[in-house]
Amino acid sequence: MNIFAPIGRAVLVLLAQIGRLSLFTWSAVSGVFRPPIYWWHILQQFLRIGYFSLPVVGLTAFFTGGALALQIYLGGNRYGAESFVPQIVVLGITRELGPIIAGLMVAGRVAAAIAAEIGTMRVTEQIDALTTLATNPIKYLVVPRLIAAVISMPILVAIADIIGVMGGYVVATQTLGFTGGIYLKNTVDFMTTQDVMSGLYKAAVFGFIIALMGCYNGFHSKGGAQGVGAATTNAVVSASILILAANYVLTSILFSK
Amino acid sequence: MTPKIELRGVKKRFGPKVVLDGIDLVLEPGQSLVVIGGSGTGKSVTIKCVLGILTPDAGQIFVDGKEVTHLRGRGRDTMLKKFGMLFQAAALFDSLTVWENVAFGLIQGRGMARKPAREIAIQKLAKVGLGAEVAMLSPSELSGGMQKRVGLARAIAADPEIIFFDEPTTGLDPIMADVINNLIVDTVKDMGATTLSITHDMTSARKIADRIAMLYKGKIIWNGPTKDIDSSGNPYVDQFIHGRAEGPIKMEVKA
Repeated sequence: MNIFAPIGRAVLVLLAQIGRLSLFTWSAVSGVFRPPIYWWHILQQFLRIGYFSLPVVGLTAFFTGGALALQIYLGGNRYGAESFVPQIVVLGITRELGPIIAGLMVAGRVAAAIAAEIGTMRVTEQIDALTTLATNPIKYLVVPRLIAAVISMPILVAIADIIGVMGGYVVATQTLGFTGGIYLKNTVDFMTTQDVMSGLYKAAVFGFIIALMGCYNGFHSKGGAQGVGAATTNAVVSASILILAANYVLTSILFSK
Repeated sequence: MTPKIELRGVKKRFGPKVVLDGIDLVLEPGQSLVVIGGSGTGKSVTIKCVLGILTPDAGQIFVDGKEVTHLRGRGRDTMLKKFGMLFQAAALFDSLTVWENVAFGLIQGRGMARKPAREIAIQKLAKVGLGAEVAMLSPSELSGGMQKRVGLARAIAADPEIIFFDEPTTGLDPIMADVINNLIVDTVKDMGATTLSITHDMTSARKIADRIAMLYKGKIIWNGPTKDIDSSGNPYVDQFIHGRAEGPIKMEVKA
């Protein structure tokens, strides 16, 4: 009989979590469409989430593009297919690796920062203080981050796509003996609008996940420093898992035909 | 006369832990009520229920005779404009400067322009004994006592009708505690505001209260004018105000 008690408790905790997250998501999303909108905060968050993520997203995209080119060349070599490097690099980067790498890097950087900031505001009663000053904390804190992340992620991914292809180009022309002009021509000829757009759609969804997980975990952090630490970890872990899961779902929807 | 704030049978529990077990409390306009009680007896929860930060499980809360227990959205924002609150650790926004903190309710809550809001903020800072030179500082550059004063300036910035003080003197040295007590008495007298304070500092309670209510195990066990506190005849109150370890109140070491 006793073995059912812990199972029941775990199920109840899980259901309560899902309920809380759903309510939180609803109030955040509906807050986007109800005034006041804090434009200045959106701009500020746009800088923090988007602009300051450029170096880390650019660097990781560059090295991933390079490694991809190398692997395709070595793998293709076995079938005499090594000339397909530019085509497969651009396909891999725009469809999958660009959004995934940018998503995971930004999740690590931004979801953690958001959770730590909002979590600290929660445990020091700053969020309660917002309420008593007749300011809705969801609209003041969550909505600007959500909007900024959803807008800046596609831009970041577009840049990651370009830099990733460049990484492949550098490796291919410098060490694998490709000619620059032909490599670029093959890349451009092969690439379709849908390859790029599918990655950008994904990026917007990932941006939503990142900001939502950061805000949600921060908002519900408890206790002191330890609680904020736990919230930060949970934000990054849950954002990363959800990004990879959503990526699979989106890939199967976007490329279903 | 309609009470400024009235709580009727307010109950709140967190999981299995009953925090408020039917609170009845009345605040007359212009009155200063202090709720005393040990840590974890539900003092903060009481305040948070009135402000709508927490929703009571049962009971009703009235502000100016109007029920606000389940008020949400715009209705609650309007209700909250009557309130000012000083938080225990001041809860200043660390991303903003001191004057932006003080002016926050004016700019965000009431849509005032930054320039006049700033002037009011500097006036209010002067009222709590802080010069215009601290206005541009960040809250983290201030000492605990100064943060409390900024918190007080923020609480009174919009000339609220009702002010809540959550442990206004906790964590301050005795002299700074007295400075804060004086500020509370003076500013409140000036403004004619109704105040509800929670504290376990008896010196502070005697200084700022017209009436004192004692909270124990989620219930108000005594409620009377400040001058009667020493002759309450209530063993719980006596133990608390004299700070004795022995008595009917047993410290629950385990939560």
